[in-house]
Amino acid sequence: MINSANPKLKWIGVALIAIALVALPFVLAQAGTAWVRITNFAILFILLSLGLNIVVGFAGLLDLGYIAFYAVGAYVYALLASPHFGLHLPWWMILPIGAFVACIFGVLLGAPTLKLRGDYLAIVTLGFGEIIRIFMNNLSEPINITNGPKGITTIDPVKFMGLDFGNATRIGEFMLSGTIKYYFFLLAVLLIVIVINFRLQNSRIGRAWEAIREDEMAARAMGINTTRMKLLAFAMGASFGGIAGGMFSAIQGFISPESFVLTESVMVLAMVVLGGMGNIWGVVLGAVLLSFVPELLRYTVTPAQNALFGRQIIEAEVLRMLLFGLAMVVMMLYRPAGLLPSAIRQRELARKDEE
Amino acid sequence: MDTFIQQLINGLTLGCVYAVVALGYTMVYGIIQLINFAHGEVVMIGAMVAYTVLTMLAASGLPPVFIVALAVFAAVPVCMAVGYSMERVAYRPLRRAPRLAPLITAIGISMILQHVALIIWSRNNLSFPQLIPLTTYHLGSSETSATITNVQVGIILTSIAMMAALLALVYKTRMGIAMRATSQNPQVAGLMGININQVISFTFMVGAALGAIAGVMVGTYYGIANYTMGFILGLKAFSAAVLGGIGNLGGAVLGGILIGLIEAFGAGYMGDLTNVCFLNSFLPGFANLCESNANGSLFGSNYKDVYAFIVLILVLVFKPSGLLGERVGDRA
Repeated sequence: MINSANPKLKWIGVALIAIALVALPFVLAQAGTAWVRITNFAILFILLSLGLNIVVGFAGLLDLGYIAFYAVGAYVYALLASPHFGLHLPWWMILPIGAFVACIFGVLLGAPTLKLRGDYLAIVTLGFGEIIRIFMNNLSEPINITNGPKGITTIDPVKFMGLDFGNATRIGEFMLSGTIKYYFFLLAVLLIVIVINFRLQNSRIGRAWEAIREDEMAARAMGINTTRMKLLAFAMGASFGGIAGGMFSAIQGFISPESFVLTESVMVLAMVVLGGMGNIWGVVLGAVLLSFVPELLRYTVTPAQNALFGRQIIEAEVLRMLLFGLAMVVMMLYRPAGLLPSAIRQRELARKDEE
Repeated sequence: MDTFIQQLINGLTLGCVYAVVALGYTMVYGIIQLINFAHGEVVMIGAMVAYTVLTMLAASGLPPVFIVALAVFAAVPVCMAVGYSMERVAYRPLRRAPRLAPLITAIGISMILQHVALIIWSRNNLSFPQLIPLTTYHLGSSETSATITNVQVGIILTSIAMMAALLALVYKTRMGIAMRATSQNPQVAGLMGININQVISFTFMVGAALGAIAGVMVGTYYGIANYTMGFILGLKAFSAAVLGGIGNLGGAVLGGILIGLIEAFGAGYMGDLTNVCFLNSFLPGFANLCESNANGSLFGSNYKDVYAFIVLILVLVFKPSGLLGERVGDRA
């Protein structure tokens, strides 16, 4: 995980990072609760990127409609924990249900396409992302399931050991806002997901994915059931997306089809590509960068344009998407392994030096 | 019967547009086995450029047909330039890279083109000026009989002309021979003295030119253009190319027309077929729905964008090689 010659130093480092992560929301809250919210969304995006990384990074399958699974998870949560159907299941029941439903969708979509060339998977997932959105928009007639473009409101917040994450809690002198509570909740989920990812990567399954990514023909010759392994990667990525979607629902308290457009899929993909496909820390870095840089742009670009030209020429939102597009093209052309190349490639390079 | 003929005409018109766009996908695929995700965006840019020319010249008093021709002549070179630069910047350096790489740059290019278009033409729906007065012809004696408009006739005729021109290009010219040779085996074609890079660039430019004209047709047919229009259009055209057998020119035309017809008939009939009262007559459980909302249907015309995608999935499950295509293996 972390390469260090001195194990003592390593633990000190881990402890420092832990302290920093615990202190982070309180420091950010000084600058404004908005920044804590931004951090929460950054963590959601890290979760999504890690899920997509299983598909794109580990197994080398391009999923361009990843946000559809996020949407499925979000809608499952919203429908099972809101006044819309009058259901109010607890979050620890819904998150696994959401993951399972997203997984089913992943299998349904992957089964016909994974036997074929990777390109087909890309275009089918691209279409699937759009189709899910069309269904969410239109499934309000004649039976109202999704409430159409209006979306679903007043979704239950997470409740945990008597703590309501929707409101602030007073602990002695100390006010703990809902946003900060969600930060810790997300952080806990993130840690679990990262550990799962490392375990997966180093497992028999992870090595099989890697083999498929590097050379599918050779992998098959080695006795790997490539179709089943690819399907597993796809389903697993989908269920991680479903979990992230459920949490998005809970944090936001409101969802509508607007939140699940193609550009969101592209954003997650850009994060994975920028950080380094297949490298867990790289993906985390990519997600953090591409979550915060656009926010900084939002705060700097508009005033800068007003000062320079007297009016806004390019909206920060548009600039952000241009940045995502450019990031993908430039990374693929000049640094295809990402900012933090995966360990496998480093190992390969090192071996060449020894020879 | 009148409705049937009407949907047939609408479907045929749409199908011709899809076929022309699908040709762009299939040509590029045939030659370098790459799905050019950004092709839909080229179509969008074609429509946008045409919109600019049309609105600029709308009040000039020139004959309308001449203005439309000018719009096409403006859109084609712009799109060809876009197609050429796209290949040069994003695909050529990655020709020997792993398959994933050009797919990722393609989606990146697609995002960039969309948002550059947003900056130039704004995020609003742009309505095309109605230069050529719409004339409607009845295909029958009664007032309710199916109709065809002059725009539809124009679209169908233009598409046929372009397909014929493309076939002539591919099968009758030296460049066409070079293209076919390159698609069969680039290395050997190179040894035979064919400049592979030139041929590939040329293919991208021809595809983009077709896309530009398709963009103008879509714009004039629907009357609106939008910076996101290329995405769903590209998806449908791709489905058409796969349905016909990707890499096969005739297949793209056949697939395009079939997808157009499926969409038109889907939009025209699925609403009635899945009407809750109609379903109530032979399925249990729809009685309450029929009482509360007699006109409601499960899948109305708002699902028309879904059909092409369902066809795509079905083709991939049952006949991945498409109607006219050859076997599609894991690796080409």
